[in-house]
Amino acid sequence: MELNDLIHHTGEWLRGTGPHAHIVLSSRIRLARNLKGVLFTNRAQRKDFDAVLSSVETAVKEISLFNESRFFRLSELDNVDRQFLVERHLMSHDHASNPQGKAVVVSKEEALSVMVNEEDHLRIQVMQSGHNLDGTWEIINNIDNALSEKIDYAYLPEWGYLTACPTNTGTAMRGSVMLHLPALVMTRQINKVLMAISKLSFASRGFYGEGTQAIGNFYQISNQVSLGHSELDIISNINGLIRQIVDQEEQARQALLVQNRLMLEDKICRAWGILKHARIVSSQETIELMSMVRLGLDMGILQEIDSKAMNDLFIMIQPAHLQKLEGRKLNSAERDIRRALLIREKVRKT
Amino acid sequence: MKCDKCPKKATVHLTEIVDGKAAEMHLCEDCARDQSQHMEQQFGLADLLAGLTDFGKHVPEVPKESLLCPACGLSYEDFRKFGRFGCAKCYVAFTEHLKTLLKKIHGSNIHLGKKLAGVVPEAAPSKIKVVTVEPQVPAPALSAAPLPPGVETADSLRIKMHQAIEKEDFELAASLRDKIRELEQKG
Repeated sequence: MELNDLIHHTGEWLRGTGPHAHIVLSSRIRLARNLKGVLFTNRAQRKDFDAVLSSVETAVKEISLFNESRFFRLSELDNVDRQFLVERHLMSHDHASNPQGKAVVVSKEEALSVMVNEEDHLRIQVMQSGHNLDGTWEIINNIDNALSEKIDYAYLPEWGYLTACPTNTGTAMRGSVMLHLPALVMTRQINKVLMAISKLSFASRGFYGEGTQAIGNFYQISNQVSLGHSELDIISNINGLIRQIVDQEEQARQALLVQNRLMLEDKICRAWGILKHARIVSSQETIELMSMVRLGLDMGILQEIDSKAMNDLFIMIQPAHLQKLEGRKLNSAERDIRRALLIREKVRKT
Repeated sequence: MKCDKCPKKATVHLTEIVDGKAAEMHLCEDCARDQSQHMEQQFGLADLLAGLTDFGKHVPEVPKESLLCPACGLSYEDFRKFGRFGCAKCYVAFTEHLKTLLKKIHGSNIHLGKKLAGVVPEAAPSKIKVVTVEPQVPAPALSAAPLPPGVETADSLRIKMHQAIEKEDFELAASLRDKIRELEQKG
């Protein structure tokens, strides 16, 4: 598998199916692990980075679960390729911005990725479509077990897995779910929901991860606490919370249909019209329009495009993707034009 | 609208409230990313951690300059400043402080998650004596007659587990927790 093979499709986790897929876009779990006896990356020297890279590369070659995965050294990728992996949610901005001594392992379907030498030596991530943290845990747990047979982890029985940051110590697990909550935003209930989330020690973030604002009514909800609970308890707590938010979003959608159907249809159909015909469009505007179109699909107001095609667009309209599609560097104005063209092409095909 | 820092179009709009006054900032995607990194540095986890560690009532009085991790050389002061450990051994070097800090961050300082295969807790399990009995008749909750001495119930074990946690005897607490689970599953 080469990096360029990924460009014409998106990850398995965006297929748009699975439990509550109309509201829950995807589920993700990441585990942080460090190698025993090797300095953490913030104090590591060249030899430490190399030791981690070679241990992980060897382990990945030997573990059959990684058979269809590829190990990329970031120093061997150019800026656009690194950004491309960030845009596909396979690694973080931080990881891409300082490539020396770093790597990422990516599975063919992109359900699995491992950042090597990020804040922790290993950041293992599994993503699945819809609300499926239990299934995601099963996969990542098997991968972690297999890796732990090949790699000695830093671990203490009383404090669990030792991480560079004390907010991750213990299970070193972060479970997160990407939610699309347009009706809660439109009915002005979202702040109440977000406040309740933070009181319950969960975090909410935007579509593009840590430090990003919510755009297009997408919210990522994840656990904050990693010590003092088992992984399954943490997952079950997130699941309980997500079920409640999904219920509230469904109720708000029904309320909009009953009270403001015409206004809702107008908003959705206008968004669809602009997406189909725009010649210049920014990524922010696209995501806001796509949020409305997605709502229209979920509520049966629109039928012209399927939700998988919509999900693909969320990824493909980003800068590095547009530049890889075009095969050259594009400035911001050129990207806005290329983006509008891509959307029209994609919409015509369905 | 133009970005405040460069000629590009502003797509991110920030409102910062300083001393009760709102200041607006309009940025393009690239400048917003730089700004968010800058803000993270300003109000990062390090400050939060420094705040948390200062609140610790029971933190033993160890002269901070003397507290260094022997493996990586990180001082406790620097850990407080940057919020990151330098290596796994820091956890051992800063143990006394971390018991308080981890509890403040997570509400607990005992790992109840997945165990790493092949790592055996150092505490001698012989310290714990737990006798479990199958109840002959279903015991009514709460009003049950006292059990014969030496017989442990989930509740009595739970009290012992909390005492063990208080004393920070995590190995004992963990094995008591396992016993409680075992008892509750049987019940």
